[in-house]
Amino acid sequence: MTLQDDALALPLPPAPSIYHPTPRLAELRANRPVAEVTFPDGSTGWLVTRYADVRQVLIDPRFSRAAAAGSAASDTGIALVATDSILGMDPPEHTRLRRLVAGAFTARRVEELRPKVTALVDTLLTDVAARPRPVDLVEHFSLPLPVRVICELLGVPPEDQHVFHAWSDTIMSDAGGDPAEIRAAMGNLAVYFGKLIADKRATPADDLMTALIAARGNQDRLTEQELVNLCFGLLIAGHETTANQINMFLLTLLHFPEEYARLAGSPELVPQAVEELMRFVQLGEGAGLPRVTTEAVDLSGVTIPAGAVVLTSMAAANRDESVFADADRLDLSREITQHLGFGAGAHHCLGAQLARMELQEALRGLLRHLPDLRIAVPDAELRFKTGMIVRSLQSLPVTW
Amino acid sequence: MWNVAVSPACIGSGVCAGSAPGHFAIGADGRSHPPATPVDPDDAILGAAASCPMEAITVTDADTGTHVDPFI
Repeated sequence: MTLQDDALALPLPPAPSIYHPTPRLAELRANRPVAEVTFPDGSTGWLVTRYADVRQVLIDPRFSRAAAAGSAASDTGIALVATDSILGMDPPEHTRLRRLVAGAFTARRVEELRPKVTALVDTLLTDVAARPRPVDLVEHFSLPLPVRVICELLGVPPEDQHVFHAWSDTIMSDAGGDPAEIRAAMGNLAVYFGKLIADKRATPADDLMTALIAARGNQDRLTEQELVNLCFGLLIAGHETTANQINMFLLTLLHFPEEYARLAGSPELVPQAVEELMRFVQLGEGAGLPRVTTEAVDLSGVTIPAGAVVLTSMAAANRDESVFADADRLDLSREITQHLGFGAGAHHCLGAQLARMELQEALRGLLRHLPDLRIAVPDAELRFKTGMIVRSLQSLPVTW
Repeated sequence: MWNVAVSPACIGSGVCAGSAPGHFAIGADGRSHPPATPVDPDDAILGAAASCPMEAITVTDADTGTHVDPFI
């Protein structure tokens, strides 16, 4: 058998449901943990599925993000954005930018925001509870919550949501395979932020954008384009993912009603429930952003040559039985694990602590305000936006 | 020389091991540890400390004990 015949064609077949990854990943993890793959354009790479290997690829600097720019696996909107941003850099360049923003997202700083987030959750859900049923949770809760939080943190007027949300959606999608559309959305966001940054320069405020402008002024620690890219990257990353994770958490909890009942009866389980749901839920179906090897690397007995495109499957790694006993079972009382829901290494999700806190408060709020919540339509009638890199619901009708 | 320490607040994100690979490594316990300390001053260590989501990394001057990390 030639290498070409043996290589696995990507993308993998879609998962049979939104609650579990495609069974092909379990087969790969068991039998071909470092599998040679072919991309739709015919080029080749590697797909890594075991927890230990995925974690190594994400942390080990021999797997470079910068070297992956323009590779065959980089045709999604987010990968195009990534190429021009902090997500497409390696240390030490990456560290130069990350250290400027990381301080705003540490566990300590995020805790300071918690009371405001709790109050916002209460306001939104009081409004939801007063509406005629069914209510679209996307419009009235899961989207406005993270949008308002990241807007306030960054210093973006939340009333501009209608302006930037469509651009954000385009960037998080494959834009029907039209990179020009993605570049146009990126251009629009860059113009939008260019104007906001000019306003902040004139009238500084107590927000992250003003702090980054000061960092640019002080010792020229980032370029104007890096400043703009960082701001719109934070805005996009800060809401689409969290909004849809709230939706996926709720769908998953209601799909496993005995676990939902357990959480409702023991709300003190919320922090570990969030970690277990981060492990269990596949926000995205596909693999993470591609890396390229800077030298030959051995993984699980397979030698990946230098210059090879390497993809990691967080979904496969988070269901690795050698790390998580009974991995395909949702167990909200599972001891807190080092899941890979936020990635690992230099590019570990910058907003992980903020997302954790928002998800905890969202779950607590839903249990408090709408304990008898249920989805108003069967799974088959859930409408996901097409071509998105995260599972993104058009609407989530709920009732109680 | 600098003393480098990682507190038990570490969640094993691997941000430090990814950004300053010679100075931090993830141990079998899933947490980050400095392979050697004290070490020669290196800005990558301060970059890793500033990037830690848990503010778990402390860097001090080995002679004076003065903090050189960003969280003083």
